[in-house]
Amino acid sequence: MSVNIDLTTVWAFIIAFGIFAYVVMDGFDLGIGILFPVFKGEERDQAMNAIAPVWDGNETWLVLGGGGLFAAFPLAYAIILPATYPLIIAMLLGLVFRGVAFEFRWRDPGHRAFWDMAFTGGSIVAAFAQGMILGAILQGIDVDGRAYAGGWLDWLSPYSLLTGAGVVAGYALLGATWLIVKVEGGALDHAYRLAGRAAIATLALMIAVSLATPFLEHRYWQRWFDMPNMLFTSQVPLLVAIVTYFLFRTLKKRATWSPFLLALGLFLLGTIGLGISMFPYVVPDSVTIWDAAAPERSQVFMLVGVVLVMPLILAYTAWAYWVFRGKVGSHGYH
Amino acid sequence: MFESLFGSVDAVLLARIQFAFTVSFHFIFPAFSIGLASYLAVLEGLWLKTGQSHYLDLFRYWLKIFAVTFAMGVVSGIVMSYQFGTNWSVFSDKAGSVIGPLMAYEVLTAFFLEAGFLGVMLFGMNKVGPRLHFTATLMVAIGTFISAFWILSANSWMQTPTGHIIGENGQFLPGESWWAIIFNPSFPYRLVHTVIAAYLTTAFVVGAVGAWHLLKDRANPHARIMFSMAMWMAALVAPVQIFAGDMHGLNTLEHQPVKVMAMEGHYQSHPEGAPFYLFGIPNSKEQRIDYAIAIPKASSLILKHDPNAPLAGLDTVPRDEQPPVGIVFWSFRIMVGIGMLMLGIGMWSLLARVKSRLYDWPLLHRAAMVMGPSGFVAVIAGWVTTEVGRQPYTVYGLLRTADSASPLAAPAVGASLVAFVVIYFAVFGAGTWYILKLMSHRPKSGEAGVETEPGPTRTAGITPASALEGGQ
Repeated sequence: MSVNIDLTTVWAFIIAFGIFAYVVMDGFDLGIGILFPVFKGEERDQAMNAIAPVWDGNETWLVLGGGGLFAAFPLAYAIILPATYPLIIAMLLGLVFRGVAFEFRWRDPGHRAFWDMAFTGGSIVAAFAQGMILGAILQGIDVDGRAYAGGWLDWLSPYSLLTGAGVVAGYALLGATWLIVKVEGGALDHAYRLAGRAAIATLALMIAVSLATPFLEHRYWQRWFDMPNMLFTSQVPLLVAIVTYFLFRTLKKRATWSPFLLALGLFLLGTIGLGISMFPYVVPDSVTIWDAAAPERSQVFMLVGVVLVMPLILAYTAWAYWVFRGKVGSHGYH
Repeated sequence: MFESLFGSVDAVLLARIQFAFTVSFHFIFPAFSIGLASYLAVLEGLWLKTGQSHYLDLFRYWLKIFAVTFAMGVVSGIVMSYQFGTNWSVFSDKAGSVIGPLMAYEVLTAFFLEAGFLGVMLFGMNKVGPRLHFTATLMVAIGTFISAFWILSANSWMQTPTGHIIGENGQFLPGESWWAIIFNPSFPYRLVHTVIAAYLTTAFVVGAVGAWHLLKDRANPHARIMFSMAMWMAALVAPVQIFAGDMHGLNTLEHQPVKVMAMEGHYQSHPEGAPFYLFGIPNSKEQRIDYAIAIPKASSLILKHDPNAPLAGLDTVPRDEQPPVGIVFWSFRIMVGIGMLMLGIGMWSLLARVKSRLYDWPLLHRAAMVMGPSGFVAVIAGWVTTEVGRQPYTVYGLLRTADSASPLAAPAVGASLVAFVVIYFAVFGAGTWYILKLMSHRPKSGEAGVETEPGPTRTAGITPASALEGGQ
């Protein structure tokens, strides 16, 4: 697998980074939404306060993922979005409910139970839809010329349902481990218990997806199991096993930061696994990143922006996290 | 069910309705939050400069409203960034290399800035101190402006495309210079006109809230400050806006004359001075204005500054290149009419100041209340004018709307349209209700901030406002 480092490849990595940043950052926001019903009363307020100041910034990475794909790989954007149309719409509407619930639940104590339900429902729908979009891309999209050529329910399959469930479980794991960092008291005990269960579910689904994927396409099989690729690719499941071991160990020892960082590690390995399966295709077996890429003038123009602005974004995002560091406790922001 | 409901309807038409609906709903929020972010920065700056607690009270009062507005703007905005791909995939494929980078710059330079500093602006006053907090507020305000810059550049390029070349698959590709794309001919005019519109919209909302509280208690110092600031904006900025709108219209006449023909209702060419229709029912079938009430030669006077200047009409344009005249004709009149009413309120407020009756003229306060939502109506009417007026094209003169849509089945688009309509009205209806409830609260001394209210975990440990004042 030789990789020529050209602008298109650079952009593929930038988009992959944006999507990964979105998945881990909004992943824990959505995860807290998914776990919200099992928390009660004051625990819910703590859970909400753990993400209220940062969720908007986290969600912005989704706009970068979508906008970046549009800008850097317009053909991929123009094929994948119509192919997964109902999923995208469901995700967007889920995010509508999730996003407004942050404010609305404080504004309307009389209907707080309803907005809490909207928060959870929106988070689950958005997470499940994102997982199914991933599955729909991996299982292949019917393309004719420069356009999507399939029906409007092609994305629906046992495999995409599996990837949808996998992402819901994974986000729940991220959410629970983030809560371990941010909350105290009864909510903390709760978070440790939930993190253990979410970790088991995540692993089970990760294994199921990993086993199913090579059977979707012969190319995935070759990529993972042909020599000498296998010497490299076999490291991924090995690392997953190691990370998992430490995840359970640190949960048992009630460590603060390690479970969250190890959960991030799992997601990183999952992303690398995806990259191994897909590269250099952006729509498997029909459109490569070079087919889909915007012309060099667009790539260079945007690269200037990324190089100049991304360090600033990372700096002030880190500052915002630093400002709201530490446990939210039962005292909120002051 | 959807099959029977939408089976006979054209998928492109449904996609157009969906885009119009979601973008109109979305733009209501930025139209308010662009102005409100700047207003908040001014209030906080005045508080830091003068130390007067009224300004901090007002800052906190409007910050709660901003938080709800901004959340709705964000979630409805994310929908927009995906609509290009879901519903307009052919457009995305053809124009993505030009439009996409402008939007990517919007995300990089504006959205992250707004979102990154929003948390500190809403919840961080007591964590970072007043000066750093003021910086965060400024960053959010600047972010809203940068966002307007890029998205209006993208929209303007679609209206007046320049700086591109056409590639092998009919794609629009960037030419030699990005400056020619970003600063396309209609962009400076559209940017100025839109940003001023956002400021005016906010001013009239703030003015209406101030007026409402003055009607209940004309001695309320907070209501007085709000009302006075809003009326200064109305008096000073409404005339500027009318001038900016006129310039934008002249620019449109130069680059999109067919749009102006539709705005004016000029089906016929007028070689010796064109009339301005005050009223009329455009009849595109017969290509004439029914029941017309017109001022002779006024249109030529406005557009050419010469009552006898010739103006071409839609009779010079093939039928399949004409926009829907009725919508454009009326939305333009609604926008201009509201602009004139805004100017009237502004002048009235000057008169009230001269007579020392600004806080003591219930009729003026009632009028200002009625005008509270007028900015939103004007802004949407303005967008309808410019967007319907550039039909039948997405990229003006080059790519037709009918050739831009995704290969989607009508039932899929119809179902999503129904979902958007139902959910938007429910969710954003609730949000609007919460905003109105916040506005109905009397602004008072020691106004609570977002971080203090309500809910158990937000209430504890807040430094009183008086202590903060001492700290600066």
